[in-house]
Amino acid sequence: MSALTRKAWRDLWHLRGQAQAIALVIAGGVATLVMSQSTYESLTATREQFYRQAALADLWAPLARAPDTVLAHLAALPGVQTVQARLVALGTLGVPGFDEPVRAEVVSLPPEGGQPLLNRVQLRSGRLPDAELDNEVVVGEAFAAAHALRVGDRLRMTLRGRQRWLRVVGVGTSPEYVYQSPPGTVFPDFKRYAVLWMNRHAMEKALDMDGAFNNVVLRLLPGARPAAVIAGLDGALARYGGVGAYGRHEQTSARYLEEEMRQLRTMARLFPAIFLGVAAFLLHVVLMRLVGTQREQIGVLKAFGYSHRALAVHYLGMAAVVALLGALLGIALGAGMGRWLAHVYQDIYRFPFLAWRLSPAAIATGTAVSLAAAAAGALMALRAAASLPPAEAMRAPAPPRFGPTLIERLGLQRWLSQPSRMILRDLERRPGRAAFTVLGLALACAVIMVGRFQGDAVGYMVDTQLSIAQHHDLAVSFIEPAPRQVLFELAALPGVREAEPIRTAPVRLVHGLRSYRTVIEGLPPAARLRRPLDARLGVITPPADGVLLTDYLQRMLALEPGDTIEVQALQGHRHVRDVRVAGFVHETIGAQGYMDLDALNRLLGDGDVVSGVLLGVLPGAEADVYARLDRRPWVAGISSRLASVRSFYATMGESLLVFTWVAALLGGVINFGLVYNAARISLSERGRELASLRVLGMTEGEVSALLLGQLGLLVAISLPFGFAAGWGLCWLMVQGFQSELFRIPIRLTTATYAFAGLTVLGASVVSALLVHRRIARLDLIAVLKTRE
Amino acid sequence: MAVTTPLPAAEAVFRARGLTKTYRMGEVEVHALRGVDLDLFRGEFVVLLGPSGSGKSTLLNILGGLDAPTAGEVWYEGHHLTGATERELTLFRREHVGFVFQFYNLIPSLTARENVAIVTEIAEQPMTPEEALARVDLADRMDHFPAQLSGGQQQRVAIARAIAKRPAVLLCDEPTGALDSATGVRVLEALERVNAELGTTTVVITHNADIARMAHRVLYLGDGRIVREERPARRTPAKELHW
Repeated sequence: MSALTRKAWRDLWHLRGQAQAIALVIAGGVATLVMSQSTYESLTATREQFYRQAALADLWAPLARAPDTVLAHLAALPGVQTVQARLVALGTLGVPGFDEPVRAEVVSLPPEGGQPLLNRVQLRSGRLPDAELDNEVVVGEAFAAAHALRVGDRLRMTLRGRQRWLRVVGVGTSPEYVYQSPPGTVFPDFKRYAVLWMNRHAMEKALDMDGAFNNVVLRLLPGARPAAVIAGLDGALARYGGVGAYGRHEQTSARYLEEEMRQLRTMARLFPAIFLGVAAFLLHVVLMRLVGTQREQIGVLKAFGYSHRALAVHYLGMAAVVALLGALLGIALGAGMGRWLAHVYQDIYRFPFLAWRLSPAAIATGTAVSLAAAAAGALMALRAAASLPPAEAMRAPAPPRFGPTLIERLGLQRWLSQPSRMILRDLERRPGRAAFTVLGLALACAVIMVGRFQGDAVGYMVDTQLSIAQHHDLAVSFIEPAPRQVLFELAALPGVREAEPIRTAPVRLVHGLRSYRTVIEGLPPAARLRRPLDARLGVITPPADGVLLTDYLQRMLALEPGDTIEVQALQGHRHVRDVRVAGFVHETIGAQGYMDLDALNRLLGDGDVVSGVLLGVLPGAEADVYARLDRRPWVAGISSRLASVRSFYATMGESLLVFTWVAALLGGVINFGLVYNAARISLSERGRELASLRVLGMTEGEVSALLLGQLGLLVAISLPFGFAAGWGLCWLMVQGFQSELFRIPIRLTTATYAFAGLTVLGASVVSALLVHRRIARLDLIAVLKTRE
Repeated sequence: MAVTTPLPAAEAVFRARGLTKTYRMGEVEVHALRGVDLDLFRGEFVVLLGPSGSGKSTLLNILGGLDAPTAGEVWYEGHHLTGATERELTLFRREHVGFVFQFYNLIPSLTARENVAIVTEIAEQPMTPEEALARVDLADRMDHFPAQLSGGQQQRVAIARAIAKRPAVLLCDEPTGALDSATGVRVLEALERVNAELGTTTVVITHNADIARMAHRVLYLGDGRIVREERPARRTPAKELHW
């Protein structure tokens, strides 16, 4: 080992406290990078493998009813490889011991038994239903887990008003229901929403659909253009009540999964960048200080003939060791966390397997990025060391120049004690360093806020969507549009306080070249139970003519108020009409339209009908009303609003909490790294000064207050910036996560600000305590004799 | 061992008996002091002379409450320093001792006036920073930062800082060690004046034998002991010194 290398190791050993703190910050960055990268890779690989294994369809085409003979025609469409006809129906389920409404989506399996050609069921236990028996069913794994259902258990299903008992023969998952959310909501509710698979014969009987299907899924030939096939399908199915075919990007589950992947990718970039930026800054400060204290050594080495290059390698090597240490720790940590997170996702999505990946590329990126951060941090120090002429380097540095601070120039100095002046002047002398420390602390605070932001935002979404915009207790949907008189029947049920009609119609909205497939909800004038809101959360009522659209559609379809939009009805007579855009509705979840019920009915041209009813129910009467409704054959589904809200908080609460703490920990690590290093640097730069003050009779406490007071001031200054940065970071994330599925609103609660502020203060206090111990150990005697 | 001869009428500010200090420097055991007895009297100007490693600084540090002896005892006006806690020693330094360092040790971010004020703000009955600086002839440099002062000026600020709290004793470790002769003389003049006008007991450590000529009493240290003690028949005023 060369002498210079030995010096590097010893210097590192001497700086080990700071080196560890920096390595920790680097580890935080690399860990988030490796974690999100490996989770992303694992989930992508798992998804692809699952989609392939279970033969996920490329296209879906729901329709009213078509005879099986149509199938051959569909299979002959150019570009189609495989066609699978099936029945899909909504029903309700009774689970013994659970008296709330449960909605079920029932999907048929081939009548001859066995797996369908597309969207195969991956059995986790049990078997597929026997083709000869019509009371056997496979239940979705998430629902089974939520109710602890097992093979052999019994369920009561109501389909078109017919109740029957079913026996669970299998538990499984399917690639088209990886993400399961009840129709009309975005949040999963595993307790109140189920996916079931039954033999087609059994379903045909229940639905009166002998020899007919109402849903078809297709696999395309490689190279086929989906848009062309969709057009062909829509044409072929129009007379059978087709409501428009769509591809994977419009299929709920596939779409959500895609979104989730996108968010993970954003995470994989954003967070590591913050960490490694802070780490680079810390390395910069520490190395600058090291070069400062080693001026004489550098001078001597140069005088002896060491080249700039050799010295650069020397200091760069030290930075690299710290970076590698951090990278190593980060990779190990990130791999562990990635594995854990991938399992969490596997659990949420019920993937039957997990193709865990940690690509060499992720490891290489982590290492390379941390080395780059270290090099960037070392750069200035290297330049400083290189530019020192040997003779200059061996002279003591000139005493640092100070001047009165701005506050003093403003004439406020009489309010300042000597220690306050020292603190202020020291900060003003190195404004860059102070600014960077404040920036780093602000980012730490921001990271912590991001951790809580999700919870805040989701809380706000649920609040506005499920509390302000919706006031019903039960939502009843019908199998097909029913005459409006049905409202009176429901309103007359015992326990029902009020009832409002609603019509939900599938449509395609077209504006110029842009189009979007969604629904329009028809609401009665002065609706109380369902009220669209504007951006200020004020209620807006759909006008007698014209349509209100979710604000997201404004951008998506490039609309202005007053524009005319083409509405293609995907139901009934499938009229195509131009409708005036009357305004926009502020909604965070989904993207749809609202019209006056009569206007919508006129547009659809199929009479004065409704597709569902919203009910306000007297307290305590919900279960009773539900039981009465469940027996009506035209009821397709019943959902309870409050139960959804409760279930949402129950399922999301825990994972949000985990995220909050992980982010708090990461932010705390950055904060600790910054404060600890800043304090150690200050202590090293001002040790002599502080020791002198101790000799002059200042107590440990007074001297600590000087050093830590400065940091305290920086922490205090950083807080408002941190809050602003937190808001900004959330904004940045929100931009990345915008989609027509949901827009996360930027809402941060006071509790979040307080939590972030207190975490920052807590981490600062911990680092301050560590440094305070060193102040107590200042060598008072050495300082009298030595010159710095 | 040299024994001091206390003046019957004089009052001893410090009394040290049997001071021994050993410490380890790596593998070597260093005997910095080997049994020193010493009395310092009110108003005395004492110069400690001796080669490097003779124990001068160790003695000064123990008197100033910065270091504890391995054996022996020190009293300051009846207070037992050797048994004092760290907190009591801090208080002792704060109230009774003024230090002047070889390298001034001024706070670079504070002006001359503020460097004095940082001590007067924590002292019981200090003089004003202005008065202290006037006593060292720096009334016109009060608002200068250390970087704007010469070495001699910086050292005089340090002296002003040390005397501003009206300490009973002023301990100076090589106060002119970093200065040229002419500048050093001005610093010594400041010390001389403080000693005469305020009656502050002053102990000056130096390598420089010339400085001994301005002392009431000169103690020669060698190998951890006081080897000789002298009382110059005539004190030479500081301004007549040169080296």
